[in-house]
Amino acid sequence: MTRFIVGRAVRGLVTLWIVVSAVFVVLRLSGDPARAMLGPEATPEAIEAFRTRHGLDEPIPVQYVEYLGNIARGDFGDSLKGGRPALELFLARVGATLELGAAAVLIALAIGIPAGVLAAVKRGSLWDRLAMGGAFIGQSAPNFFVGIMLILIFSLQVNLLPSSGRGEPSQLVMPAFTLATGLLATLARMSRSALLEVISNDYVRTARAKGLSDRDVIVTHTLRNAAIPVVTLLGLWASALIGGAAITETVFAWPGVGRLAVAAVADRDYPVIQLIVIVVAASVVAVNLLVDIAYGLLDPRISTASSGEHHQ
Amino acid sequence: MIGNATSRPAVAGTSSGRRSQPAGNRLGGLAQEPRERSRWQWTATISPLVWSFLFVLASFVVAAIFADLIAPHDPTQNNLIGRLQPPAFVNGGSADHLLGTDQLGRDLLSRIIHGARVSLAIAFLGTLFGAALGAVCGLTSGFLRGRVDEAMMLLVDAYVALPFLIIALSVVAMLGSSMRVLTLLAALAGWASYTRVTRGLTIRAREEQYVLAARSVGVSPLRLIFRHVLPNVFAPLIVLTTFELTGIILLEASLSFLGFGIQPPTPAWGLMVSEGREYLHSAWWVGVFPGVVIMLVAISVSLTGDWLRDVLDPTLRS
Repeated sequence: MTRFIVGRAVRGLVTLWIVVSAVFVVLRLSGDPARAMLGPEATPEAIEAFRTRHGLDEPIPVQYVEYLGNIARGDFGDSLKGGRPALELFLARVGATLELGAAAVLIALAIGIPAGVLAAVKRGSLWDRLAMGGAFIGQSAPNFFVGIMLILIFSLQVNLLPSSGRGEPSQLVMPAFTLATGLLATLARMSRSALLEVISNDYVRTARAKGLSDRDVIVTHTLRNAAIPVVTLLGLWASALIGGAAITETVFAWPGVGRLAVAAVADRDYPVIQLIVIVVAASVVAVNLLVDIAYGLLDPRISTASSGEHHQ
Repeated sequence: MIGNATSRPAVAGTSSGRRSQPAGNRLGGLAQEPRERSRWQWTATISPLVWSFLFVLASFVVAAIFADLIAPHDPTQNNLIGRLQPPAFVNGGSADHLLGTDQLGRDLLSRIIHGARVSLAIAFLGTLFGAALGAVCGLTSGFLRGRVDEAMMLLVDAYVALPFLIIALSVVAMLGSSMRVLTLLAALAGWASYTRVTRGLTIRAREEQYVLAARSVGVSPLRLIFRHVLPNVFAPLIVLTTFELTGIILLEASLSFLGFGIQPPTPAWGLMVSEGREYLHSAWWVGVFPGVVIMLVAISVSLTGDWLRDVLDPTLRS
């Protein structure tokens, strides 16, 4: 098991190194950063000064090593807009996004799983059809449209919830629900099919034959096994979170990292974009590592399989 | 066995051992192979619901192709006197503008019809290129194994960890939001999933009796791949493609919504929703109709995907 974890961790680090290098290559390939950052009207002197200041006159390999060193030290450079360290801007916003993300995951888990379990238990009933129809729509609805419909209904028609900002709990409701829709729908569908699959297994039949009630069978025998795909899904969703957050935060004027990213792209604020991309990738790698370990713990067969087979 | 392989490779080898799910298959059961079925059985599997959504999808494709003939008005023609006219079925609306007009007095229905062009062209082309790229990578990786395979999987891992929307926004900011750039992005959005799935299927297929048999009689590797492995990979790949297509449609809409899609005055659905946000309190239709259309198309595509999966691979039916 230890060997398995160490192997996964090394792999995660290599993955991260590829990400960081890819960001370097893309930023260098995109043309002269000095010109891109200073704009077409910059004087040759200003560009020269900028290049010297940021070490852009050094040979590429030297720049690459310096870049790796800076990132390893947590130095992501200063924002081109305002000149504050990129990391500082990020840290000021990350709380809001984590709050939004956590609320969304909670909503998705609290609604999605019971809905899916109930649909599986009452398979073929009206409830099953309604829940799965709703899940289908939820999966296909673009985030921004869900947000706008919520605003239209709950802010403009019935005047129940504020349409933007952060601070009051009531301001969290609609953005969190918007961000949760896709995950909620997928969770409902997955927990339904996972449960149906597990229910048909022999040990469940045995448990039933022993005289356990349906509820006991579901809670003690099946949910644990059905949990594996759900854990995977949460891991995969971590990387989608920032994209969803960018949209949701824009719709609801939520002051988080997603909006920071969109603003940074609009301003061509490369240090900030670079920081966000790397931090998100690092979190995804970390989450996937945890998911892999959780897998290993839930199902010992996985940790003994060779790493190459893991991706089949 | 060889004769069997060349005629219907998908049927060969349904031994129970191969049904077990490999560890860490993140795409659930997509990697399973299709079972035998009769040739025309599939038409009976289309439910009325699927039929109706297939019809919706087909209408949008037709609308996109013949937009110039179908659209009642010029989608970019401003008419400031007739701005924000309500749709025909609301009080004050007229039959001349069935879905009403937007903030510049442009006919919403015409803009939606023309918007189908951009959205569907990017989504279909991008998905196609992405699937082709991913299939090639997956086949190579799964067939060669070894170092190439390991490197490819690391690349896929790294790629999947990237926040794609942010990358896409940056690329558009650098290279501009032309059709070509957006299609390229749509293709790059999904290649990693195809690579993973194709690789898994290829690894399994190359151990098949008929592939081993073909190899032992000296069939060249390229012929092995195209003649014996690819047909087995095809059905699940098509299913995956429809699922990815939904994601790409939503991606294009999201980019457009954030202002990084096809630029005005060319109509694009996402941007129309974004413009409509300003008028939600007075003219809800400006933002709501394009949003409904995006959702309808996405639902149609996913339903088609679900149905295809059931037809092509009955073992996956939940």
